[in-house]
Amino acid sequence: MSEPILRVAGLRAQIAGQQVVEDVSLEVPATGVTALLGRNGVGKTSTVKGILGLIERSGEVEFAGDRIDREPTHRIVQRGIGYVPEDREVFASLSVAENLRLAERDRAPRRELVAELFPDIHARSAQQAGTLSGGQQQMVSLARALLNDNRLLLVDEPTKGLAPRIVSEVAVALEKMAEATPILLVEQNLQVVRRLASTVVVLEAGRVVFAGRAADLLDDEEKTMSLLGVHSAEDAA
Amino acid sequence: MSTVVLLLITGLGLGALYFLIASGLSLIYGLMGVLNFAHGSFLTLGAFAGFELARRLDGASWGTFFLTVILGALVGAAVAALTELLLIRRLYNRHIEQVLVTVGLALASVALFEGIWGTDPIYVSAPEWFSQTTEILGARIPNDRFILIAAAVIVLLGIVFFLRYTRFGLVIRAGVENRSMVTALGIDVRKAFTVVFAIGGAAAGLGGVLASHYFGYVSPHLGGSLLIFAFIVTVIGGLGSLAGAAIASVIVAVLQQFANFYLGGTGDLVVVLLLAGVLLVRPSGLLGRKA
Repeated sequence: MSEPILRVAGLRAQIAGQQVVEDVSLEVPATGVTALLGRNGVGKTSTVKGILGLIERSGEVEFAGDRIDREPTHRIVQRGIGYVPEDREVFASLSVAENLRLAERDRAPRRELVAELFPDIHARSAQQAGTLSGGQQQMVSLARALLNDNRLLLVDEPTKGLAPRIVSEVAVALEKMAEATPILLVEQNLQVVRRLASTVVVLEAGRVVFAGRAADLLDDEEKTMSLLGVHSAEDAA
Repeated sequence: MSTVVLLLITGLGLGALYFLIASGLSLIYGLMGVLNFAHGSFLTLGAFAGFELARRLDGASWGTFFLTVILGALVGAAVAALTELLLIRRLYNRHIEQVLVTVGLALASVALFEGIWGTDPIYVSAPEWFSQTTEILGARIPNDRFILIAAAVIVLLGIVFFLRYTRFGLVIRAGVENRSMVTALGIDVRKAFTVVFAIGGAAAGLGGVLASHYFGYVSPHLGGSLLIFAFIVTVIGGLGSLAGAAIASVIVAVLQQFANFYLGGTGDLVVVLLLAGVLLVRPSGLLGRKA
């Protein structure tokens, strides 16, 4: 098996003095989708933000063999990590085109690929991003990460609050993205997890309580219920 | 009628001066959340730099005037950028410390200016046209008002162009909205911080040279006295809003002029009452983002 693209060891993170990640150690393989699961408030988003240095954290974070935990966020991202945040965080006052232009880091950004994957937002490039629907904003957020030739994508709850049809479109986009780039995916929708993820990591109270093959968790009704509080056919809480 | 025109255009000239200071304050607060109490020092230093250059050259020539304006802007930009790099950069998200440092810098710089140039106002020389008047609708308007208004319009258009059509401008506009997301896109937003400080400092330094012509003198307290009104303008316009600062600058200065003339010199009081009224009715200011 190849070396993992991301290795996290003993990650602790806090927000406003409160410990939100206690001790997270995980590995993200260099291919496929790794889902980061857990009930609400267990530290999934904080783990992702801690990896990127967006919140105060300690512990070791290794990306493609290099320690990155002492680097500022923009350097970490410049190494080739794309980030799709929870709640999209598009720049509402900027146009769609400006949102995308801002995200371009590479000399040859993959504009054609983005236009092909997200024709709807391509057609709305002059529209102010704040006036887009939730699903369209999610497409902009995904497109920003896809514009550059990243070596890892951190995607946080991309289907949250979206209509079922849009969830399916997002899942298709993620599936295509995962063909070329490994993804660490925070996701509550277990159907999406089952469709995309090959490995899963489950958090509870800021610690890892399960790490392994997705099927080993999702095919085990009892384990899914005890770790995520839902039946494997439902969405996580 | 001629009195109204005179008050109106004089108010616009003073408003232009407020805008030159408030634009930097507003941009700096909008992007970095820093209330920069040292901003008046950039203006004063720009004014003194202009004065020093003018007294070494022919202060009455247009060429010298333009050189002093350029020098004032450059000095303001350089000192503001250094302030950001050396003092403010370590204090982002530490608001109490920012206030302490910038207030301390303002006080220390006034003491330094007094040590170098003395406490008395120093009168500046200018091209003869400045002291002449132009008649508009019966009102004899001092010509320096037109220079101030033109400078403020050029600065406003320049900043708008910069924000709208340059990569740095895009980063700044995005940073005002969501700074951490800008860094999460791989952009070193700290460079934008320095650039914004430099732009604000340049506008203030330019304003310093023009203020010395508007008032006819330069003194160590020039920046501090204008800064109070620039802060009022920034709050009324909406912290972080350049357009808000421009509109509020005109409203505040024109109101001040009219109240001073028609209400027995109560211009400052009326402005403070306006500030209180705006804060009560619309706490985020005229064009500010709601908290």
